[in-house]
Amino acid sequence: MPTRINSKNVKVWQVRDRNGQLLRWAMWMTAAILFYLSWMKISAETTWYFFFDAPRIAADIGTRAFPPRWEYITSLGKPIWDTFNIATLGTVIALVIAVPVAFLAAQNTTPKIPLHPWAVGFIPPFVRKFIMTTTGEDVYSAGLIRPFALLVIVSSRSINSLIWALLLVSIVGPGVFAGLLAISIRSIGFCAKLLYEAIEEIDATQVEAIRATGASGWQVMVYGIVPQILPAFAGIAVFRWDINIRESTVLGLVGAGGIGLQLQGSLNILAWPQVSLILVVILVAVILGEWISAKVRAAII
Amino acid sequence: MLKLEKLTKVYKTGDKALSEVDMEVPKGQVIALIGPSGAGKSTLIRCINRLVSPTGGSVILDGVDVTSLGSSGLRRERRRMGMIFQEYALVERLSVMENVLSGRLGYVGFFRSFFRKFPQSDVDEAFRLLDRVGLLHMADKRADELSGGQRQRVGIARALIQDPAVLLVDEPTASLDPKTSREIMRLIVEMCEERKLAAIINIHDVSLAQMFVQRVVGLKMGRIIFDGAPNQLTPDVLTEIYGEEDWEATIEAVDDDDYDADDVDGEGKKGEA
Repeated sequence: MPTRINSKNVKVWQVRDRNGQLLRWAMWMTAAILFYLSWMKISAETTWYFFFDAPRIAADIGTRAFPPRWEYITSLGKPIWDTFNIATLGTVIALVIAVPVAFLAAQNTTPKIPLHPWAVGFIPPFVRKFIMTTTGEDVYSAGLIRPFALLVIVSSRSINSLIWALLLVSIVGPGVFAGLLAISIRSIGFCAKLLYEAIEEIDATQVEAIRATGASGWQVMVYGIVPQILPAFAGIAVFRWDINIRESTVLGLVGAGGIGLQLQGSLNILAWPQVSLILVVILVAVILGEWISAKVRAAII
Repeated sequence: MLKLEKLTKVYKTGDKALSEVDMEVPKGQVIALIGPSGAGKSTLIRCINRLVSPTGGSVILDGVDVTSLGSSGLRRERRRMGMIFQEYALVERLSVMENVLSGRLGYVGFFRSFFRKFPQSDVDEAFRLLDRVGLLHMADKRADELSGGQRQRVGIARALIQDPAVLLVDEPTASLDPKTSREIMRLIVEMCEERKLAAIINIHDVSLAQMFVQRVVGLKMGRIIFDGAPNQLTPDVLTEIYGEEDWEATIEAVDDDDYDADDVDGEGKKGEA
């Protein structure tokens, strides 16, 4: 009880009671001890010679890499264009899939189709319980559409695009197509998650007003919901495109096309002046992407 | 014309918002629905067009039982019930014109509405209504650029372009200043007179209600406990509806306003002075 009467019969108030206070103190203490122990372990396992040597090595590579080999730029045009295309097309494909997934995942737009009692019997009880606690609704009344959409989002997000690329290179073979797929698969979850959160935050009375005119479900969507989420959608699209430009520059490292391929080749033959030129080209591309997305965002909002 | 029979709504939480409400609204009658917060006024209005599904009883509009309709039948009946909201409920990022035309969504197909290709007759009617509510020059503005009073006028135009038989009005003036409140109430009542529309208006401001309507219905705990002419609202009745309070001031204020309300032009000029 934060409010209590003390021995002098005065009514006092504290944020936390005695037990709460002790618990917090104990938690801070545990955190401090953990930090100390981790520090000791890291320190013991560090080869300090490499650590102190690092500045010298870095300086050495720096001098080898400078000046960049400018004439190498002629063979970088195609790869950087590929990278750019992987990012753009990947984002577009991801958005096409993410929009319906987001509508199915948002609490206020997902179709709630009760599951037949017969079908509920096939769902293991622990799965049913898990869905109940994560989505807040029982499959019996709300069905499986929302849990499925959330699963799509989580699985797409849980795997990094580089790992997707590794997998896809072995499935569809090396090249731009694998990179494109990797970028779009990874982006679906990201875009759908942000979009469904935006859908859940819309003003319900605007939707209600459109519904009250006798509009059909699709009309309610186009007039009541879409105008409200359009700024969020545009923001998400350019934000993800911006991220994808950066991500697609490394996909070549695993053979999935783009400028990363040249980067890996140059690193392997220790051609430091080429590496530095590639890094400069990537930097310029990323800055360009950032500039474009800032412009687009400003135009929409 | 509109008839509620034993209309009941019990929410999932077990709250009984409406219990067996019986009410009949003849063509062209404007009714004020008063009552304390939580009395079920909003629920009653939303049960009529089934934005909230009633759990019992029926709503009968010109012989059609709205409560038993399937989704396409319900859409057809909703077209005949225009709704006006407290916070205007305009789609903020659409233009004034798009908001007004959205009142025709029940009449046009999906692709026409998607590409904003409304029939010319609808567009003509939209311009006529915008002119009537005094916002013709605002047609291409975005709804979020408008003031509260202007937004509510767009809301009224959106409800009227549906060509409704009845208006459901939920606290139309709760977010407006006193002068704009009167203007909006006057506009709604005038429109109902012009088009012989029935209307149910939820309203907190008792004296404002008395100024404009022909009939007052008092709701308390989901039941109708008063139904009569505005001048029958005595301090005793208000005490019964809202609870103990000195009601004399409210009623006196109404008597003063009544003189003004008889002379609409005079009142308007006085208001501006």
